[in-house]
Amino acid sequence: MKPISKVYTALIMLFLFAPIAILLVFSFNLAKSLSVFSHFSLYWYRELFRDSETLGAVRNTLVLAVSAALISTVMGTAAAVGINKLRSKYLRTMMDTVTNIPMINPDIITGISLMLMFVFVGRLFGAATSLNFATMLIAHVTFCLPYVILQVLPKLQQMDRSLPEAAMDLGCTPLRAFFKVEIPEILPGVITGLIMAFTLSLDDFVISYFTAGNGFQTLPIRIYNMTKKTVTPKMYALATIIFFVILALLLISNLSDSDSAETVKKAKRKKAKAKEAVST
Amino acid sequence: MGNKNMAARRGSLIQRLCLAPYSVWAALFIVVPLIFVAYYAFTDNAFNFTLDNVRRFFTATSNVTDEAGTREVHTYLLIFMRSLKLAVISTVICLIMGYPAAYIISTASARTQKIMIALIMIPMWMNFLIRTYAWMTILQDTGIFNGMLGLLGLKPIHIIGTEGAVVIGMVYDYFPYMILPIYSVMAKMDVKLLEAARDLGCNSFGVLRRVIWPLSLPGVFSGITMVLIPSISTFYISQKLGNGKFYLIGDAIEGQYVANNLHFAAAIAFILMVILLVCMAVMQRSANRRAAV
Repeated sequence: MKPISKVYTALIMLFLFAPIAILLVFSFNLAKSLSVFSHFSLYWYRELFRDSETLGAVRNTLVLAVSAALISTVMGTAAAVGINKLRSKYLRTMMDTVTNIPMINPDIITGISLMLMFVFVGRLFGAATSLNFATMLIAHVTFCLPYVILQVLPKLQQMDRSLPEAAMDLGCTPLRAFFKVEIPEILPGVITGLIMAFTLSLDDFVISYFTAGNGFQTLPIRIYNMTKKTVTPKMYALATIIFFVILALLLISNLSDSDSAETVKKAKRKKAKAKEAVST
Repeated sequence: MGNKNMAARRGSLIQRLCLAPYSVWAALFIVVPLIFVAYYAFTDNAFNFTLDNVRRFFTATSNVTDEAGTREVHTYLLIFMRSLKLAVISTVICLIMGYPAAYIISTASARTQKIMIALIMIPMWMNFLIRTYAWMTILQDTGIFNGMLGLLGLKPIHIIGTEGAVVIGMVYDYFPYMILPIYSVMAKMDVKLLEAARDLGCNSFGVLRRVIWPLSLPGVFSGITMVLIPSISTFYISQKLGNGKFYLIGDAIEGQYVANNLHFAAAIAFILMVILLVCMAVMQRSANRRAAV
């Protein structure tokens, strides 16, 4: 690398990491000040762990992300198998277009559209509040599904068509051939899809915001509510913990060399790539 | 023979069963909700047909007071133009900053490339609320940025609550989405093409302009969409870094939702969706035309 390239890359990295570094440093600040570091302390971490609402939000987020990831992976993988075998070009184009909608639409429109439907249906049944855990789960599964399908479909297309046929010729039932031959072939795509769905669900704020209702708070919504009024270093403590959890996950996935661990690292990039594939 | 036929037919039954849940789900939760946006946009509170919501977007006016005095402006058209302006500025900055970075990374050794891309992705894993909030901390009047200016003996600058602060937030939040698609196109570029151009007498700038830039356009186009669409529809960034003074189109939708004016919120969302679809179609066409040339 030329020196000028090095300087430029260093500046970009500084731009990306300086704000995060500042959060980390000031999470250990005893004073509430945001510009003067007075005294090292773990005060804000203690405060954070006393905040039962935030801890509850963490639990909610995990429950939601695990359920959304599992449901969307099972349904999405099955859908990819079905789409891959569609003969009609017309049906295929229609399926592709519908699948792309949640990826192209801004989150705010996906969120609003689902919310309007939930509210309307809720009113039909005379419910006072129609938004709850179930509506949020539906919303999360909906925006995760396209990413799962987009991970599994290429694996199915790369697979040797004669493999399941050979299995059936040798006496496998189609179902058995599917589980014994096709599933192992497409497994890397399925796992990437699962991890992507999980991280997308963990990270989502906008769609959750519109479909959550009052009762169910996820961590991003909790962060939104915490940052609504005043600045509190408790937030920095939370951000620091999240940063180190992410870093640890990345390091673990880098250290272990297995194929599935590699996918953890790639999940976000795949998300970017998936969006990219759609938009070109 | 008959056995095999039956197996094949059973196979097609299974695939139809595979596709069924998703088809129902996609119809119910992807297609129908969009119909609901249109339905709400064109009805009033009693669900009677009306054009009032859409008309309100184009005709509502309010008074703005600034140094030049008090003027009457089209409220929502102004908000939309402001969103578009800030989103375009942020996208251009991301492109100008990201393009060279993507190029530099793509020419580095395989190992360096891997590390760089991992580093660029780490901030993406942090929630964008936290990333935005970090900038709020930095840019506040008593924040770190002004603290540093003070150490240098300079006067503090008021940044938070300006359009500039909102642009900084947008650039920071969506910057990786610009680098990654451009990088992935560049990483796949055939080095022989660049060598050939040089052998045929191109200087470095010529290679960049005539070979690298045209070949990287697909990545540039997807980078632009991936930054522009979230920037234009954001509401958190403008609330936090603009101090709520700069209403963007996302704020308008969110505000109407909070105020429980669902029909007007739907109308704004509907108009935004239509405009974005038209923009994307135009971009797609120009991308295709370039690809054809």
